Amino acid sequence: METLSSLADGFVIALTWQNLLLALLGCFLGTIMGALPGLGPSNGVAILIPLAFTLGLGATPALILLTSVYYGAMYGGRISSILLNIPGDEPAMMTCLDGYPMAQKGRAGEALSLSGVASFVGSFLATWGLILLAPQLVKIALLFGPAEYFALFTLAFATLGGVASTNQAKTAFAAALGIGLATVGVDTQTGVPRFTFGEVHLYDGIDFLVAIVGLFALSEVFLFLEHRHGKADADTSKITIGRLMPSFSLLKSCTPTMLRTSFLGFIAGVLPGAGASLGSFISYTFEKKLVDKEGTFGTGDPRGVAAPEAGNNAAAGGALVPMLALGVPGSGTTAVLLAVLLALNITPGPLLFTQQPDVVWGLIAALFIANFMLLLMNIPMIGLFTRVLLIPPRILMPIVAMVSFVGIYGISGSSFDLMVMVGFGVAGWVLRKLDVPLVPIILGTLLGNAMENNLRRAITISNGDWFALIDSPLSVALWSLAVIGFVLPILFGKILKARMRRMAKDEEGSIVD
Amino acid sequence: MSDRVFGVVGLLLAIGYAWAALIIEESFLSDAVGPKAFPLIIASVLALASIVIILKPDPSPHWPSFLRFMEVGAAIVVMLLYANLLPVLGFVIATAFAATYLTWRLGSGPISSVVSGCATSLGIYAVFHLVLGLSLAKGPLGF
Repeated sequence: METLSSLADGFVIALTWQNLLLALLGCFLGTIMGALPGLGPSNGVAILIPLAFTLGLGATPALILLTSVYYGAMYGGRISSILLNIPGDEPAMMTCLDGYPMAQKGRAGEALSLSGVASFVGSFLATWGLILLAPQLVKIALLFGPAEYFALFTLAFATLGGVASTNQAKTAFAAALGIGLATVGVDTQTGVPRFTFGEVHLYDGIDFLVAIVGLFALSEVFLFLEHRHGKADADTSKITIGRLMPSFSLLKSCTPTMLRTSFLGFIAGVLPGAGASLGSFISYTFEKKLVDKEGTFGTGDPRGVAAPEAGNNAAAGGALVPMLALGVPGSGTTAVLLAVLLALNITPGPLLFTQQPDVVWGLIAALFIANFMLLLMNIPMIGLFTRVLLIPPRILMPIVAMVSFVGIYGISGSSFDLMVMVGFGVAGWVLRKLDVPLVPIILGTLLGNAMENNLRRAITISNGDWFALIDSPLSVALWSLAVIGFVLPILFGKILKARMRRMAKDEEGSIVD
Repeated sequence: MSDRVFGVVGLLLAIGYAWAALIIEESFLSDAVGPKAFPLIIASVLALASIVIILKPDPSPHWPSFLRFMEVGAAIVVMLLYANLLPVLGFVIATAFAATYLTWRLGSGPISSVVSGCATSLGIYAVFHLVLGLSLAKGPLGF
């Protein structure tokens, strides 16, 4: 009951003209960014954070804009999967398997609208899951002291590579690099400068927004420059969209699939180290095992379109649970959303729910609103989005680069930050070539300081006794989970990744969500 | 092979980072841990990960040809120039040049590059400055 009244308060906050417009804008931009190959949800949100920040939006409006982009990108990814057989973002790669064959059979319109409905069901149920689960997690999180938080951060880093990670050494490297970057600047506890080499610009530390935009958006531009490939200049005119509304019987036959995979996807989203890509993969394989008696999966079975879409959108909602309740994101895009919160001076975690309930519930209400907007936008207006796919990357990528520069310059107005951003772009390009995941670097720069502060607080409380870190059963449990989460992929990661790759060919160096 | 080089660079980075952590001047007021301990832990994680990467390298990625490398290098130079010339030339002119260059190198013809570069610059200026009121770099001409 208490939850429902909080939710009603949230709707009061979200239902202002400004917020509705922002949600609409976010949904629209998000769908486009998701649809365009090469611009995934993390990229999309990353480019827009500095803008939301410099436009002077308040905390709730900025969050509404950016989470709408996040949900929108999750919807948009399917469009190019179905029409072009190129996943718009990584979670959408499973949608290619049945979506593209459906389009070839002249049922593209049905595939698009069915996957739109599946996306809606997935995120709608996941948002309810978020409402029910997050407050429970908050209750547990309130028991956490500094030592437990330190263990929790370690757990987040240890599992970030994901179950499908192939090289844990590279994940660990990336995390350490990110945390190391966070330690640059004046030490918050004693006030001594660290790793600044006398450079005044570095005393404030490295702005994580500069790092994020450089690593994500600019490295994408460099990848395109390196290949200068025209494969995304595909021609959508060959494919006939066909009828747009799915028939009632088609929806009915897919409903059990959507409900099951929404649940699976949500769980995959909440668990650390899984994320939306794995959510859609698990959903697809599970449904294939369960209902594919005639072997029609992979040849344009509508259920094969509904399953991964419901799964990945539910996972996107589920990933918000640990991010909001614990302040520890479980996936790439939620790591970027954490950056939004930190840039707005909001510390996510259990205290957020008690101290700033308006932000939390306004955000959740906005998720519902965005979801309805996306459903309405994605079925009748699908033709508009398919036309956006015709913009070639040679026009698009310079715009991405320039908007990135505008955003960062808008924050600080300094050429130094722009040069640091270019440096991060180059580093991001090299690291992606070497298959080093970028998300742990981002998360490291975001959480590094909080991690160190909790460590030092824990040790100071215990008068310098380092065993205080494993003093409580809760922290021991978290440490064991961290160890298991780190070791498990070393044993099984290769097998799982190979299976995912065999089912859907992977894009080189794409950002894993 | 790429991974081994990468691992060695990572190891050097870890050593440099640890050394830089050791020479941090501690203030007389310090907590039980001090400003050095956490960076040293991180340095050791970095070093361990680098050693594992050296010992168990992944297959090398596909590196571009020398020409493509120059392509990326030239783009980096253009972006750095852009960063420095932005306050000098003003937003519209600097951005038009940078966007034209990038569009041209990504495969457009010369004339269409100039058109789309100028359009990108003016479009961003219109949307972000005129509509949204973001302050962009002002050049000698005021835009």
